Amino acid sequence: MTDFKIHLLVCGGTNCRSSRSSILAEQLRAEIKNQGLDDYAQVVTTGCFGYCENGPVIKVIPDNTIYTQVRPEDAEEIVTNHIVKGRKVNRLLYKDPRTDKIIVDAREMETYKKQIRIALRNCGVIDPESIDEYIAKDGYTALGKVLTTMSPEEVIQIIKRSGLRGRGGAGFLTGLKWELTRQTPGKEKYVVCNADEGDPGAFMDRSILEGDPHSIIEAMAINGYCTGASQGLVYIRAEYPLAIDRLRKAIHQAQEYGMLGADIFSTGFDFDISLRFGAGAFVCGEETALIHSMEGGRGEPTMKPPFPSVKGFLGKPTNVNNVETFANVPAIINKGTEWFRSIGTEKSKGTKVFALAGKVNNVGLIEVPMGITLREVIFEIGGGIKNDKKFKGVQIGGPSGGCLTEKHLDVPIDYESLVDAGAMMGSGGMIIMDEDDCMVDVAKFFLDFTVDESCGKCTPCRIGNKRLHELLINITKGNGKEEDIERLINLGNVIKDTSLCMLGQSAPNPVLSILENFIEEYEAHIRDKKCPAGVCKDLMKYEIVAENCVGCTACARACPVGAITGERKEVHYIDQSLCIKCGACMDRCKFNAVIIN
Amino acid sequence: MAKITNLEDLRKIRQKMQPETISGHTGKDAAKLIRIKVAMATCSIASGSRETLNYIVDELDKRNLEATVTQTGCMGYCYAEPTIEVTLPDREPVLFGYVDVKKADEIIEKYVKGGMLVDGIIPVNYKRIDE
Repeated sequence: MTDFKIHLLVCGGTNCRSSRSSILAEQLRAEIKNQGLDDYAQVVTTGCFGYCENGPVIKVIPDNTIYTQVRPEDAEEIVTNHIVKGRKVNRLLYKDPRTDKIIVDAREMETYKKQIRIALRNCGVIDPESIDEYIAKDGYTALGKVLTTMSPEEVIQIIKRSGLRGRGGAGFLTGLKWELTRQTPGKEKYVVCNADEGDPGAFMDRSILEGDPHSIIEAMAINGYCTGASQGLVYIRAEYPLAIDRLRKAIHQAQEYGMLGADIFSTGFDFDISLRFGAGAFVCGEETALIHSMEGGRGEPTMKPPFPSVKGFLGKPTNVNNVETFANVPAIINKGTEWFRSIGTEKSKGTKVFALAGKVNNVGLIEVPMGITLREVIFEIGGGIKNDKKFKGVQIGGPSGGCLTEKHLDVPIDYESLVDAGAMMGSGGMIIMDEDDCMVDVAKFFLDFTVDESCGKCTPCRIGNKRLHELLINITKGNGKEEDIERLINLGNVIKDTSLCMLGQSAPNPVLSILENFIEEYEAHIRDKKCPAGVCKDLMKYEIVAENCVGCTACARACPVGAITGERKEVHYIDQSLCIKCGACMDRCKFNAVIIN
Repeated sequence: MAKITNLEDLRKIRQKMQPETISGHTGKDAAKLIRIKVAMATCSIASGSRETLNYIVDELDKRNLEATVTQTGCMGYCYAEPTIEVTLPDREPVLFGYVDVKKADEIIEKYVKGGMLVDGIIPVNYKRIDE
């Protein structure tokens, strides 16, 4: 083994690179060579540390030092003092902005980490196909503890006191739901895990099922004990073959170990789980539609009440919880309510998993404590916007949620604040948009999705959203009229007020919230017939600037539809009636003669 | 497989698996083993983690290196898939991103064999609850 005594890890995340971390790494390497330390110290670049506001960041191992805001000019001092003399460079150590305390050991930096993993505690840590590895991480201890030492009421009280709320979107108090199902009389009851994850760009539930399936099985069994159910059902979309496969294996292993089946932990408690597959309809994430689909009927919602906790699967009391909600349960039982309540805000306890997608540098699956701000999520954990573009908006809560903008960046992420800001927690999809995205087009995209996914049962959703969609299409085609904005608002509100289920009630949300925050973009489309972001094809025109055109014929040869005419060495011309706006001419032109108007 | 009937049975399995959770090598001197975990969620597989996993298994064999290779779920660093975690004896686990076959070769040659870090390390950016 080459035995480097010291490793310098230099952050090569996009943010740190833009503050010259690659030059810094070069300087450090040169300085190490200069001082003849080639065999002693090594410089390595890494991905993002998540301290972007203090970049560039260097971590020195093995002595666990973190230096922040390091400039290339500091390289010599670090090498001379830290590596040669073994003295830390104090002025570059991280200083807590609130207490002015200097952090000497990187392990103390732990507390400055933005993410905490509760629901994802085992994802990426254990082998999901090994029940032994799950047990090694305290798996099934919560179930054992609950069955052998606690009454169902006690467990419900724990979940209630913990403040855990449904992670599927609406945020109903989980313990209360359990209590309602328990209180409904009935011999036969059911526990259902809602794994019908349908938001575009969201993959929290899939990741949990693929990375830690046993945590869901354990939580469902605990729920069965609390509510009096002996049968659990996981409603999962058939589009998740790997999650299904791992879940099946996990159920089988749990049965072999006696964690499912008859007489679990010799307590006389029986519980088993089977799978139900969905065909991938968005509306089936709604609990009544989900239940109808499991019964073999059409995936259509029905009026609530009666709630599933009173009259659910096969007319029996049924407790429906989302995957992420279940994943929190064993951790709460094992670590206690006080611990769980210490994380998050007053009304929203614990953490939330988000699937960070769109125009951010660090696309990924994150779990953050409630109350964190959007700014921290997007600019620190997410590492900022790709290619140094400007942040424009973030769609939270998928097609049912809303679009928040720059002025909302300091809104804390919790159930109430998000609703106040005009969005909702939703299941955890977070799509970030930059200056190149046309917001009218974004609104159209989400509505396109809900129109497609509407089950068609109630009129406002089936016809109203279709009309709303048509209005948007007209606007993006340049046929919008001044009064369309008012129409959008009126129609949107009627749909919200009169639709049967949450799908319809929330479908106009993206349209309305974008209207509220980006009214000028709608106006540009309608009045000026222009798309400021240059996305809406019908509103743009490729044109050739006569002064720049040298008549090389490259564009004419590149045009797939023959819309460009012109003789060699003469100015060319684009026939707008033939142009399909593919942009091939612009890519090919070496003289910047093709422009978008 | 024997059924678990009480908390004591559960504790026994836990003990058997400690201090390190490693598949298939529980009987051996666990602390001295090199351990490699490959993220194998749908998204990881789509970005090529299965090729990486197969390559690592084959190459370790060819190069006569003894290590356990296991699969795991999503590590959360979607932007850097495929991701792997390598734990050398007596060292902290190190996470590498963008591990295609070429990168895997570099990691095996330099880090697994020689303990030399290579570019592309991903710093763990979250708190665990069991620490």
